[in-house]
Amino acid sequence: MEGFLIGLAAVAFGSLFWPVIAKRNSVWAGWCSAMVPLGIFLWLLTQGGAIGAGSFPKWSVEWVPQLGVTLGFRLDGVGLLLSLLVTGIGSLILIYGGGYLKGSPQAPPFFAFVHLFMLAMLGIASSDNLLLLFVFWELTSLASYLLIGLSHQESAARKAALRALLVTSAGGLALLAGILLLGAEAGTYSLVALQNSGDLIRNSSLYLAIFILVVLGAFSKSAQAPLHFWLPDAMAAPTPVSAYLHSATMVKAGVFLLAKFLPILGGTEIWHDVLTTTGAVTMLLGGLLALAQVDLKRLLAYSTMSALGTLVMLLGLGTELAIKAAMVFLVVHALYKAPLFMIAGVVDKAVGTRNITLLQGLGRPMPMLAFAAALAAFSMSGLPPFVGFIGKELLYEAQLNATSYAVFITVLGFAANAINVTVALKVGISPFRRRGTIPEINPKARKPALLTGPLLLALAGALFGLFPNLLGHGVIDMAVRDIVQRPIESHLKLWHGLNLLLVLSGVTVVVGVLLYLFQNRIRAGMHLLLERVPTASKTFDAGVQGMVSVAASVTRFFQHGNLRLYIAVVIVSLSAIITASLVSTGWSGPPQGGPMRLVPLGISLLTVFSGIAAIRSRSTVMAVLAMGGVGYGVALLFALFGAPDLALTQVLVETLTLVLFSLVMRALPPIESQTRSSGRRRITDFLIALAGGLAITATLLAVRGAPIPEAQRISTEMAARSLPEANGKNIVNVILVDFRAFDTMGEICVLAIAAIGVAGLLLGSGRRNLKAELVIATPLFRTAVSWLTPLLLFLSVFILFRGHNEPGGGFIGGLVAGSGLLLRRMGNADHPFHAPRTPLLFIGTGIAVAVLSTLPSIFLSEVFMKGVWVGALWLPLVGITKFGTPFLFDIGVYLVVIGVCLLILTRLIRSETPKSLSFP
Amino acid sequence: METIIILLTGFLFTCGFYLLLRRNITRLLVGILFISQAANLVILVLPGLGSGVSPIIQEGQTAPPPGYPDPLPQALILTAIVIGFGVIAFALVLLKNAYRDLGTDDLDSLKNTDV
Repeated sequence: MEGFLIGLAAVAFGSLFWPVIAKRNSVWAGWCSAMVPLGIFLWLLTQGGAIGAGSFPKWSVEWVPQLGVTLGFRLDGVGLLLSLLVTGIGSLILIYGGGYLKGSPQAPPFFAFVHLFMLAMLGIASSDNLLLLFVFWELTSLASYLLIGLSHQESAARKAALRALLVTSAGGLALLAGILLLGAEAGTYSLVALQNSGDLIRNSSLYLAIFILVVLGAFSKSAQAPLHFWLPDAMAAPTPVSAYLHSATMVKAGVFLLAKFLPILGGTEIWHDVLTTTGAVTMLLGGLLALAQVDLKRLLAYSTMSALGTLVMLLGLGTELAIKAAMVFLVVHALYKAPLFMIAGVVDKAVGTRNITLLQGLGRPMPMLAFAAALAAFSMSGLPPFVGFIGKELLYEAQLNATSYAVFITVLGFAANAINVTVALKVGISPFRRRGTIPEINPKARKPALLTGPLLLALAGALFGLFPNLLGHGVIDMAVRDIVQRPIESHLKLWHGLNLLLVLSGVTVVVGVLLYLFQNRIRAGMHLLLERVPTASKTFDAGVQGMVSVAASVTRFFQHGNLRLYIAVVIVSLSAIITASLVSTGWSGPPQGGPMRLVPLGISLLTVFSGIAAIRSRSTVMAVLAMGGVGYGVALLFALFGAPDLALTQVLVETLTLVLFSLVMRALPPIESQTRSSGRRRITDFLIALAGGLAITATLLAVRGAPIPEAQRISTEMAARSLPEANGKNIVNVILVDFRAFDTMGEICVLAIAAIGVAGLLLGSGRRNLKAELVIATPLFRTAVSWLTPLLLFLSVFILFRGHNEPGGGFIGGLVAGSGLLLRRMGNADHPFHAPRTPLLFIGTGIAVAVLSTLPSIFLSEVFMKGVWVGALWLPLVGITKFGTPFLFDIGVYLVVIGVCLLILTRLIRSETPKSLSFP
Repeated sequence: METIIILLTGFLFTCGFYLLLRRNITRLLVGILFISQAANLVILVLPGLGSGVSPIIQEGQTAPPPGYPDPLPQALILTAIVIGFGVIAFALVLLKNAYRDLGTDDLDSLKNTDV
């Protein structure tokens, strides 16, 4: 098995390597790259004996053992058959594709994707683990999408590629669900193990679900009606792709899957009925639709669909004879359909059209191609001594011996076969017959690379016809044995004697020729019919359109773009949820609290007045001032309730915010009356706001009904350890720089990002008018600033140093220093105090210092950012202070906050519409 | 006392929500500020307000004075205030740029994602 895996690796590598070669010379790339699959093909042949003797090559390694995913490979007879097709036809396609796409920009991507596809197909053929199989299964869908869309400049190709992807990957999803159910039911994802526990699955209550899901996956891939429509559209792909994926290999993956699942899910009534019916319908529908086509490739595509229907029907019948017929027909079909596709491509290249009503007389100028075409067409028509004849005899035999509806099935099969003869005549014979002048041949179509594939495959069809047991005693027997799970012995014979089968074959050919002779009338009739019937393709497109428009209207409903409506919805739903949960939990008593104090009460009242003023104000200035009033009121409350750090921070931030607002307001219009809402709107809004406010108030009252006792606070432990372990008396600061320092680290980073974001937003406006800065250039201001700034800076350092024991710390110190530097800047814009990068330098240094302060804790203590203390120092004004990493961290915070203040405010000072505030 | 502060908080939320629903962008921003003040008050009031002493260990002591308020919410509020400043600065500049590029501060006329 290692040889096979090396081959897989070579193919995978090839998808990266050969495109490079193909860019220089795609013909060479074709010939050389064909050697890899050829090598795998030969290796596979050497394994035939071992597989025939029942020792299957296998290899496995755990991948995701928790999910039961194993990289498990195992080649049985069916896998061998598919692998032989994939590699054998694959190498010929590589040669053909190299020649076909010579000089085309599509050649490198073709080589990349086709190798990817080959890898995926070989993976499907050899996977033993179902989840692994699914991965490869999806990879084929993806590769097919990329290959169909090779001509991505054309919208038709893109559309066809997307359609194929949607259908096959939807089927893939169904398959995945089926596989998961199967795994859940049987406790294993191994195909071998599952094939041995078929009875368990068939008797399971989940059988029906598993069956439907798996069959959906297979049907979508193998283009069974009504999921067939993507296949003819996929003909938008370059011909080498159509020949490989959409006739010989990928579409067979579904059939392969059904064959693999036959021992697991097969043998039931529903298996028989669903597969037989769908297969028969697809077989007939494909044939009938083929009659309406004039394009060589579409003609072949519909006949492929018909062939896939035949295969599915045979697997549905499930008898040993039917399986044998299916396996033989699988090979037969690949051996004639791939060359016919390739020939269609050459014909297209030679005369520039694929329209069968225009094509004629190509036999004289291209005799070898005509020879190959004739061989393939005869095989397709089921004429002796070609392998197609054997296939058709077996087909009829299996249909006649079907356990039920034998006559009905045989009649349908007869119709499909007769149409097959017609298609063969149209594609393989008609273009080469001379009915008029001999056409001009494009010399590009005369290349050995273009002829090798069709000729070899067509000759193989003849060879296997003459010596059927080359095929029968080898790979067919093994494949059938591994599907029906018992040893079999088959004899493929060309000559069965004069019996009913031979008569049927003869009549088929006669009817086919008749259909060919009357093709124009039949085609006209089919066209008339098709115009009246809704096709699957149109239905699918309408479905996709409908889905998109439903999605669009849902999006328009929810994403209406009206911010106020969004906010209103958020507030109302928030209140509703809060109210609901309050009602369900019940009332836990009136809020408990401390005694009423007069000063806070007064400040609360003042804050309320500020709030009312903010709401009622008609001018921006008034609103902003009222907002400041609220902010200072809250700061006072902080101070009164024992939070001096908060009060200091709040006052500083409130001041800076006011400065910010006043800077920005210069660029904004006043709140104008024209943006005022109607009175009714205002009342509605007020009611919504009131609902939100009341809901929150009620929640807080309810929660305060059962407050956390002091002993159960998280911070009790922190307060107890603050002095002995963290050497700090200001517990708030200790929490910030020591106990919860990692949080603070995150916060200063957020702050830095916000500031850099502001600077980025202002970048465009700042650079244009460096000189147009807001300057308060009164002499008094300048004099005051020249004293004030150093004083504030000194104060900030003092605050920083005392912060660990008294109210203060990095945040507050940073804000003070920032304000000082800002004042300096406003008073002295002609000679900038700092270069434009200075704020970023502050921020960067601050974060670097903060990170640096974490290093000792990494090496010296097991807890990240646990304080490491080095010693104590007496400082003027501050007293004895202990130094350690938390203090270093606080310095980092200090620097970041300074940088943030400078960055935001100095960038805002620069305005592109300066209104000078200077008083000369 | 807590009840008074809770009522004040609810009032600030109501004001904030009302301002959020205005058409003028500046008022929207003022509303955001109101709500962030109110949110800070929520964090302050929920564990109890204390009697006015600070969570700071006095000279010669090893534990904070009795009846001290919970220091952890205070630490949370402190960072919230500073980050709120960064957010407001960002929003203000966004507002300024929006007005510069779109020429309107009326939210009802800002309904398209692209200019």
